[in-house]
Order: sequence, then C-alpha cells, then structure tokens
Amino acid sequence: MSKHIIELVDLVKDYDGTEALKGINLYIRQNEFITFLGPSGCGKTTTLRLIGGFEKPTSGKIIFEGVDITDMPPYKRKVNTVFQKYALFPHMNVFENIAFGLRIKKTDKKVISEKVSRMLKLVNLEGFEKRSVDSLSGGQQQRVAIARALVNEPEVLLLDEPLGALDLKLRKEMQLELKRMQQQLGITFIYVTHDQEEALTMSDTIVVMQNGTIQQIGTPEDIYNEPKNAFVADFIGESNIIDGVMLRDYRVRFAGHEFDCVDKGFGINEDVDVVIRPEDIRLVPRDESPLQGTVKSVIFKGVHYEMQVDDHNGYGWIVHSTSMEPENTDVGLQISPQDIQIMKKVSAI
Amino acid sequence: MKKAFGRFYLVLIFAFLYAPVLTLIVFSFNDSRSRGNWGGFTLKWYSALFRDRHVLSSLYYTLTIALLSALIATVAGTAAAIGIHNMKKILKSFVMNLTYLPVISPDIVTGISLMILFVFVRLNLGFTTLLLAHITFNIPYVILSVLPKLKQLNKHMYEAALDLGAKPLYAFFRVILPEIMPGVVTGFLLAFTLSLDDFIISFFTTGSGVSTLSITIYSMARLGINPKINALSTLMFIVVLALLLIVNKRSSANSKNGTAVMNI
Repeated sequence: MSKHIIELVDLVKDYDGTEALKGINLYIRQNEFITFLGPSGCGKTTTLRLIGGFEKPTSGKIIFEGVDITDMPPYKRKVNTVFQKYALFPHMNVFENIAFGLRIKKTDKKVISEKVSRMLKLVNLEGFEKRSVDSLSGGQQQRVAIARALVNEPEVLLLDEPLGALDLKLRKEMQLELKRMQQQLGITFIYVTHDQEEALTMSDTIVVMQNGTIQQIGTPEDIYNEPKNAFVADFIGESNIIDGVMLRDYRVRFAGHEFDCVDKGFGINEDVDVVIRPEDIRLVPRDESPLQGTVKSVIFKGVHYEMQVDDHNGYGWIVHSTSMEPENTDVGLQISPQDIQIMKKVSAI
Repeated sequence: MKKAFGRFYLVLIFAFLYAPVLTLIVFSFNDSRSRGNWGGFTLKWYSALFRDRHVLSSLYYTLTIALLSALIATVAGTAAAIGIHNMKKILKSFVMNLTYLPVISPDIVTGISLMILFVFVRLNLGFTTLLLAHITFNIPYVILSVLPKLKQLNKHMYEAALDLGAKPLYAFFRVILPEIMPGVVTGFLLAFTLSLDDFIISFFTTGSGVSTLSITIYSMARLGINPKINALSTLMFIVVLALLLIVNKRSSANSKNGTAVMNI
C-alpha cells in the first residue's frame, strides 16, 4: 500500500476546559479519499483545522511526509482548504480569486493565466474569468473555491463540509465530480461531513468520530456491514439496537428469545448490544417466527415501506420492506443468523 | 384635515429647529452691522474673514487637527476593532462598554478630565494636547463604524488567505482591508467631522496661541458682536452638514450592501 502522507499522533485539543479531541491517532495514505464522519461537535472539523494549521493542538503531533509540522503556520503547509461557506474574496473576480495563491508565489503571468484556465476547465467554469463572485450561484462559488485551492497543486486537499449549502440534486452531482477530480489529479482528499450517505459514496476510507474520539476506521463497506459498536451502527444508516446477552459462542438472547448468530469470543452471559439493519428483517405470518409483534405504523419511503413493529416487550422494531403489512396486523419477525450483529457494550458514551 | 394638521406640525418643528441657523446664514450677508435691521446684501464679512490672520490661523489649526486626529484615530480604531472582534464573548462586551463610555459621557467631563491628565503628566497644553484629545474622542467612533463591517465578513476569509500562502500582514492588506474599507472610510469621515465640530473638549485641552475655529468664534463673541462671526459660523455649518450628509449616505449604502451579502 502507498506511503503515509499524514500521521496524527495523540492529538488533543482543549477549548477552555472542554476537550474537543481526546487523543486522535491516525495515518492518512497518499492519494486516498478519506472522510471524517460524525455528528456536529464530534471533533471532525477540529481535526481538519489542526491539519490545515488554523489551530494548534493542546498536545500531540502532526507529521507530514515524515516532518513534524505541528507548529508550522498555515501559509507554509503543503495543504489547501475548501471552506464550508466558500470564503471567496468578494472584491476580486473569479480569475483573481483563483490566481491569489499563484500571485503570492510570484508565478509568471503567462503561467498564471494558463493554470487558471486549466482549473476553470477542471471545474466546468470556462469563460467565467471576469465574473464577480457575488454574481455566481452557490454551486458555482463552490467550484471557484475548489479551483482556488487546487491551482496551488497541494499534496493534500482539505474539504470542510463543502457541499452542505447546496440542494440535494446539486450535492449528488458535486459528490461524483469531486470523486472524479480526486482520481484525475491523484492527490489526497481529506473530507469532513456529517452526511453518512455522502461519506459512503465518495470515500476510500471513513473515520467515524464521536465526542472527540475515533469510533471506527474502515472502508465504506466495512463501516456499513461490520459496525464496531452501536454508535457507528446507528449513525451509518438506521438500525435496531437492543440489549442482549451472549449465552455462549454462536448463541445470543434478546427480545425474550434465543437466536443463532455468527459471532463468538464473548464471555459467557456477557451483556452485548445487538444490531439489526431494518432491511434485514423479514415480516412473515405470525406462527412462523418466535419473535412476534404488531404493525404500529407504515410510512411510504419511495423505494420501500418503513414499518414500526412493536413486540411484546414494547420494543419498536424498524423494518424496511418493499411489501407492506397494514397497521394493527400481527406479524412474525424473521432474522437470519448472519444478519444479527453482536457488539461489545460501549461504556460511558 | 388630519393630514393638513400633520403637515403644519412638521413645518413648525423644522422652523423651530432651523430658524436660528437660517437667521445666522441670512445675517451673514447683511450689509448693516446691526443684528435687527437688514441693510442690503453683501459678501464683505466673508472677505474680511479671509483677511483676518487670527481666523486664518485657527482655520489652519482646525484642519490640521481634524486631518491628523482623524487619520491617527482611523488607524488606531481599525486596529482596535479587529482586536475587539476577535475577543472572547465576555471580554468583548466588557471592552465594548468601555468603548461606548466616552461616546455617552458629556463632552465637558471628557474635556476637563483630559486637561487634568495632561497637566498631571506635565504636558504643556497646546497643539500636542489638542491633537491627543481629538484622537481620544475620535477612536470610539471609528471602532463603532468598523466593527459592523467585520461582523459581516466571512469568518474564514482570513484563514483562506493564509491557506493560500499569504502571510498575516499580506492577508490583512489584500483581503480583510478591502472588505472593511467602507467602514474605515466612514469612520474617518465621522472622526474628521466630529473634530471640526468640537468646541468644549478643545477649549479645555488647548493652550495659548493654538485655537480652533470654534474657540475663535467663542472668543470673538465674548469681545462683542461682529458679523464676521455669522460668516464664519455659516461656513462651518455648511462644511459639517456636507460631511454628515456624506457619512449618512455612505452608512445607508453600506447597510444595503450588508443585507445583500447576507441574502446570498
């Protein structure tokens, strides 16, 4: 695998006594598209700002290509940032915005105009050189911000929720475009978002964060299919999460019944979290399954129906299915052993 | 009926407010020395004004003090505004209250306290103390006109400039200053106007030989009525009015731009 371009070592950030980051250890490989994913306040933006150099960590180190850059000011770092609300310079036109970094480096005028037009082509904004940035739409401003960062040929591009202000359709288009740019340019993208779908679509690696700690690092498939704990499972897509007891290897008890499962290595009678994806539950006639319940609500979601089925213990199961059972029907809930995911209880989240 | 009454009331108010100034302006063109009688139109008081060495010297001091104090207060006030803008909440509101204090405290208090301070630190009252006093009362107005512009800035703009390789000073002059320039210019004009306008603080903080126009008018008026005073006051009134109109026009244009930026 390719070399590590950035390493974060025991990164701690303290804001007036509240710990935003509680010791982050992470390496980022060259040319990968890595996403920091988590709810607001989880520390993802703080981590990005530390890499950009806009803030100093309370303790810990940031290594860039083997060199400690923890105390290096942002204008000396070989990274560039696309900010959440673009942060374009309103008194400059599109050309001048993109040329800003090149002018500082005293690049030759001809080279500047060549590079700027190449960038405008990359972000599909040819012919926009003379336009004022205020006259552009949100999506176009976003593209200018990306071009302004990329024209400096950074080794790493940092993106702080860059698509947050765009409407859904535009956001989906830009997701694919960003991915295309990253592959075309072959540089490392570090992306911050709270949108799990966005993270799953674009990333090579996802880092799920919560409360200033890393919950899980893995490929999108890993994170979705093998969430490490209940938090990750809940954050990445909807999940049914209930308390269970591991009776022995391959046997778990939850919702008042015993089930076969594929997990082992837990203690005898250890308390665990049981996670089941809503699309992994099948509704069958009530006599065909030991786990039974009553349909309480049905919502049409387009591709599937979302139903809530309350069992006898009062737990409301979320079930996704392309076929629908009317409300107040008694049904059985069938779950295959490989769809039952057992997780260690996370203490004190 | 109601409408007519409203109009009448409005005229009455304006008459009440502006009658004195109007009388002053009219009588500055009066050929007679008397304040009661109209003796025909003349410009002789204006030409006498520009031959009076005392008046010319105070005009020179007034303009020099206004220009210098406005310039220095603009630089200091803009720097202060940036500092205040980046403060933490509690400290910020504390410093903002301190900033408002000179604005709301009576001129006579400011004037006397500055005089006492200058005497205490053994500064000879004169040009320097006058300039220092004007800078002091001008700074809060610059801060108050620059701060709203800073609030409108995208808070990541400065970071974006650093990110693209700009050193802090370059980022300030190339990115931040152009954005807050309207507020800085308004602050400068306001400071210049207030400095021209000031009498009380100048009166207490200047020494012999250095007087501003308003002090000269005051001392002329004490010696006896001279229609030159009318001419001089008229000129000052018109200059200050013109400057204030410019400041107001700029501020309203700024706030319009402000909302336009917010709407994006």
